Amino acid sequence: MTLQVENLTIYYQTLRGDVHALESTSFRIEDHEIMGLAGESGCGKTTLGTSLALLKPPMKLIGGHVILDNEELPIADMERMNPFRFKKISIVPQYAMNAMNPTRKIGKMTAELLRSRNVDFKATLPILKERLDLVKLPENVLEMYPIEMSGGMKQRMVMVISTLLNPCLLIADEITSALDVASQKAVAEMLVEFRNRELCNSAIVITHDISILYQISDSILIMYAGQLAEKAPTDIIIHAPRHPYTKMLLATLPEAGVKYAEKQLTGIPGNPPLLLNPPIGCRFKERCPLAFDKCMDVPPFIEIEKNHFIACWKELGTNAQA
Amino acid sequence: MLKLNGISKVYSVGAFGGKELHAVNDVSFDIGDREIVSLIGESGSGKSTIGKMILRLISVSSGSIFFDGVNVSNYKGAALKEYYRNVQGVFQDPFSSYNPIFKADRIFMFVKDEFFPQLNALEWNKKLNNSLEVVGLNPEHVLNKYPHQLSGGQLQRFLIARALLLDIKFLVADEIISMLDASTRIDVLNLLAELRARGLSVLFITHDLSLAHYISERAVILYRGCVVERGTTEKIFNNPQHPYTQMLIAAVPRLDKKWDKVEVDLNEKKLPEMTTGCVYYARCPLAEKACATKPVLLETESDHFVACSRYLNK
Repeated sequence: MTLQVENLTIYYQTLRGDVHALESTSFRIEDHEIMGLAGESGCGKTTLGTSLALLKPPMKLIGGHVILDNEELPIADMERMNPFRFKKISIVPQYAMNAMNPTRKIGKMTAELLRSRNVDFKATLPILKERLDLVKLPENVLEMYPIEMSGGMKQRMVMVISTLLNPCLLIADEITSALDVASQKAVAEMLVEFRNRELCNSAIVITHDISILYQISDSILIMYAGQLAEKAPTDIIIHAPRHPYTKMLLATLPEAGVKYAEKQLTGIPGNPPLLLNPPIGCRFKERCPLAFDKCMDVPPFIEIEKNHFIACWKELGTNAQA
Repeated sequence: MLKLNGISKVYSVGAFGGKELHAVNDVSFDIGDREIVSLIGESGSGKSTIGKMILRLISVSSGSIFFDGVNVSNYKGAALKEYYRNVQGVFQDPFSSYNPIFKADRIFMFVKDEFFPQLNALEWNKKLNNSLEVVGLNPEHVLNKYPHQLSGGQLQRFLIARALLLDIKFLVADEIISMLDASTRIDVLNLLAELRARGLSVLFITHDLSLAHYISERAVILYRGCVVERGTTEKIFNNPQHPYTQMLIAAVPRLDKKWDKVEVDLNEKKLPEMTTGCVYYARCPLAEKACATKPVLLETESDHFVACSRYLNK
């Protein structure tokens, strides 16, 4: 077992009150698992990813534990997290395109970064060159400024830097969304390659594009408005989802070969709730066609089949009767 | 309806503008009545530049644009304003299309002041409500609000409603759904199809091939400012003939099929002497000597054109 998150609750402190961005989430990621994390914008997926590595104000830890390789992470303590960051847990941030210092050459910037972690740059250089080769970047990128690189190159460079110290857990936040389809495929496949070569033990891939996750991830976790909705192996999420939100979300995606003239797809009516004063109970009930009285209580996130977790009273109810 | 005849856009780049950059290079295609045509390409392929030239937001370096048989590529003043009654655009980012300190419906007032000064308030409100209902918005819910109070999907529909106020015949939709969430983007896409049924033609600029396939009858594939393949969407998707299109379609993440194990070659071979040849030469796995001359668009089957030298002899 690599990562275990228990009842993690994160609020954003604002002048108008707390934004309930993440409400008692519990899940685990096994060794070598690439877990996809998907949902609409504002559902808390980035909050979840960032809080594991860099929990800083206005983010506030309300409760919960994060256990990585049998060791509890002091995620609320910026100072004590330092030994873990980069070595144990590493993040490729959403703004990776702009994550590099524009006034430093890539090589110098990497050296400074390593020095801040008390790692010798010279000794790491062969590994760095090997990794550059793996992501198909020429060695001379180390002598280049970020402005000289294309978006896909920068994204791959940030991936190399983030995984340089072989972290246990890599969090990749929207690494493919700003790229063209061709580089998107290359970057996504490189991430799998990193895992296969054990450069990182397991990974969380945050994206809004479920079709990318179908290509690369082992399991998918669907979030809605700060709550977990469903987690299952990729094939089950895509082909046999149980949560009404997952079903509706998948129904909005045009499968290849579907044309408007032949089959009209439908969106999900309504909007996600504001999380400043979130609705009580299941947060999807306003848009859910199956909502009933029981949905006024928060549904628990329960394993209904092996590795298939779901938070929906309808599904839990039928399961209980069976 | 709209016909592009060999249009190009050349920018001067480098110190003192000494070099030329061909953002769009000799592009021709046409869009018929009640037709949605997708313009597909990677970033930097010049697809937005073409949209902006049609909207006359930037000038055309060479070539001409015909709208209903009239050359509009050097319209100015009153004639251009008349043109805008027929042709309008909607752009990628709905959030930055509005001024955040004013209410969102200010965009409608501009249209009234410019194009319908003779209408009284009652007639105008009727027209506005009608237009909002066409795009599936309830006027009571969305009027009199600031941009931050509306969702991205609502703001994008607002912009489409603004375009519809003018009884337009042609809409340039430049990446209008790439910023929207999956749950709302399909509604905006369906809206385009409904508007087509009411007699609108649309140029749908996108980088997402599966959405292009869903909505459009014909597609144009652009690479580095040149058309590499065009034809009916069906034929392009089921039988892509240009190596670039084949690579694009293989790289699209799909829900019914995992990616093939073919690697994408991202690195361009450095071959400066080839600048006059095929635009895709540097990345093409099938490049050969014949590619040194620029291929022309050839019809390989009915309504399916490919610019690749491999098809020259056939």
